[in-house]
Order: sequence, then C-alpha cells, then structure tokens
Amino acid sequence: MESEQFREILSLSLEHIVLVGVSIAMACLIAIPGAIALSRNPGPRRISIALANILQTIPSLALFGFLIPIPIIGGIGKRTAIVALVVYALLPLLRNTLAGILGVDPAVRESAIAMGMTPGQVLRQVELPLAAPTIMAGLRIATVTSIGTAVIAAAIGGGGLGVLIFRGISFNDSGQILSGAVPAAIMALLADEGLGWLERRFSRHG
Amino acid sequence: MPPVIEFADVTYSAGGRAILRDFNLRVEEAETLVLLGRSGSGKTTALKLVNGLLMPERGKVLVEGKPTAEWDLVRLRRRIGYVIQEAGLFPHFTVRDNVGLVPRLELWDQPRIESRVDDLLAKVGLPPVEYAARYPHQLSGGQRQRTGVARALAIDPPILLFDEPFGAVDPVTRNDLQKQFLGLRDTLRKTSLFVTHDTREALRVGSRIALLSGGQLIFLGSGDEFMRSQDPEAQAFLETIATPHTN
Repeated sequence: MESEQFREILSLSLEHIVLVGVSIAMACLIAIPGAIALSRNPGPRRISIALANILQTIPSLALFGFLIPIPIIGGIGKRTAIVALVVYALLPLLRNTLAGILGVDPAVRESAIAMGMTPGQVLRQVELPLAAPTIMAGLRIATVTSIGTAVIAAAIGGGGLGVLIFRGISFNDSGQILSGAVPAAIMALLADEGLGWLERRFSRHG
Repeated sequence: MPPVIEFADVTYSAGGRAILRDFNLRVEEAETLVLLGRSGSGKTTALKLVNGLLMPERGKVLVEGKPTAEWDLVRLRRRIGYVIQEAGLFPHFTVRDNVGLVPRLELWDQPRIESRVDDLLAKVGLPPVEYAARYPHQLSGGQRQRTGVARALAIDPPILLFDEPFGAVDPVTRNDLQKQFLGLRDTLRKTSLFVTHDTREALRVGSRIALLSGGQLIFLGSGDEFMRSQDPEAQAFLETIATPHTN
C-alpha cells in the first residue's frame, strides 16, 4: 500500500513534468521567434504585448473552462491543459525576449552592422547572445509559474500532481493534498535554482 | 585620380529637418580629412552616409566611384573600418574575438586570424599576452578605444571612418591616442574621414579640415588655411584654442 502510493506520486510527478515541459517548449517555439519578428516591427509590437497581457489576466480555472467547448484545441484532457499552459507561458517569454533584444546597446548593434554583418549574423552573434540572460529569466518565470498552474490542469482531466490535490480536497484528506503539493513545490524550487544557475552562466560577461 | 569618397549634391533629412543640404565634398586617396562642426552640424550623418548606415535623400555618395545605393552593403562595409566613441565593442566577446571578428566573417583560417590579432594589438599598444583574453568591461576607456582601432584595421580596409573616437577619454589619454593615430596614419596611409568637434584635435590629425555648419560645408582647406580663415564659424572654433591674454 505504502509503495503503491509512492508509485502513484512518482508517476503523477512525471506526468506533471511532461505537461510543463511540453507546454514550455511549445511556448518557446512561439514566443522567441515571435519576439524576434516583433523586435523588427514596432507596429504590431504593442498589440501583441497587450494581447499577451490580457490573456495573462484570465484566471487559470476560468481559462481551462473556456477552452473545454472549443473544438480541436479544447475538450477534456491533456491537450486542453497544454494549450492553457502555453498561453500563460507566452507573456513572460515574449516580453523578456523583446526586452533583451531591444535592450542591446544601439552603438553595439550599429557597429555590428557597420562591420558588414548580415542581419542574420547580427541576430545570432550579437543580439541573441546579449539578450540571453534576459530570455533565460523569462524562461525561469514561465517554468516556475507553469509548474504551479499545471496543478489546476487536473480539474479538466489533464493529470499531473493536481490529481492528488483535488482528490485530497474532496475527501478532506490533508495528507493526500500534501502528497501532491509538496512534490510540486520541490519541483518549482529545483526549476528555479537550475534555471537561475543557467541564467547566471549566460550573463557572466554581460 | 578620382576621389575615394565623393559627396555629390547630397541632401539628407530626418524628422522633417534637413541635416545635410546640397553637400559636396571629395576625399582624396590617403588623406585624413577632418569633419569639424558643432553638435547637430551634420558631420556624423555625413560619416554614416559613407558606409551606407544612412542613404542620401537626394544626390549621391560615391565610394571608389560607385554610388552607395549600388554597392552590396556588406561588401562596401568590409572595405571600410569604422571607429566610434566608446568603441562599440561587443561586451560578450574578448578583445581577441572583437578584433578577430571581421577576419572570421571573411572566413580566414584560425592561425591567420590569431597572428593578425596579435600583430594589431601590439601595433595599438595592447600587448596580446596581457590583453587578448580580457573582456571590454575589464579595460580602461583608452584601452577600449585602442581595441576599437585594432578592430577597424583587422582586414586592412582601404577606408577608415572615425566618429569622435577619442571624445570620451581624459585629456592625457586622448593625447596618447592622438599620437598613436598619427603614427598609424603615416605608416598605413589609409583614406580617412575623421569627425570631431575639438579644434585642437582637428588641426593635429587632419591633412585637411572641412567645417560644417547647419548641414552645409562652409570651409575646406589645410590647417594653416583654417587658422587664417575669417569665416565667423571658423573664428568661433579657433577661439576655443586661443591663448588667453594675461595682464
């Protein structure tokens, strides 16, 4: 019985990590190229940030609810949970990537161009490396937040550690609640530490 | 011989204000032409028109006989070394990588880059053993400026542009940098366009001086001619270096 409970915590933790990992990876794939494009186009920049801001303000439980009736991306299950987690991860990633790129010293960018670097070389060799610490900070915020938000995913059948917490609430079993909450908290702390370490490595020479 | 750089009736404006108006100037091979003027006189704009960071609104800027609008800008810029105030060094690159950047972009092999960087650093007075591995933030202002000069010279471009390169350093360091500039000028004999607002610097480094005011060329000639100029703007600049009379 003891070991069976332990196995369940372990497998739900794994599910939680997959949920967060997939969502963050997808959010990166959208937000980072998106921010690069927006850094070149001041027009759509404001609108996109405003939109991401608005999405961020939707309470997570409500967002999960809204998504359920939507075809293809909605429904009950992991897919809907991932869509919602991606939405929440977009803003910190988008905003930090933009801030990092736009924060590059104009004199540095100009001398890169004046040395005959192509736009792609300026981006890869100058802008992205200099923006890396800020982008990493965004990734850290997005990941830690996402680990917490993913708990709610259990409410719509997304699985993860939220399963234990919701079950604990309905049975009024605080042990059960803790068996979900403690691993989630540890996960968040580890992610925070690990990504913080990476962030510092990237900013060594900044 | 045709001029290396030629401004032909160039007008450039920004935000509805003309920065340069009907500007004409020829820079001859191997001369150091100083663009002297107050802030906002259009001298930096003139410089950026040469390497295509800006394009003329009317008229043409010709480099080696070809309008900048017709140049492949990457090719053009590789023929032009560019030194700016505060050097614009890449903060995430070591001194070695900063200086070796353009050779790397030009796909030189590694040993050739290494030896070129070592030569250049020695030439600008930064012994490579001591400085090559440092990052820009580990250098003094003067050392950063020297690195900037070495970087501009990396692939031995025929043309050099200097935008107030020594404006942000203390007077003693500036004096050292100017001395070194003169040494390099006389050995390398590059065609150089040098922007400054410092009369003394203009007289010291320039083989000719072009005085700009309100986006127009109002004087062009040698340092001696400049000293004798009766133009009020030239007088205003000369006054900044006049020895005060004592009683």
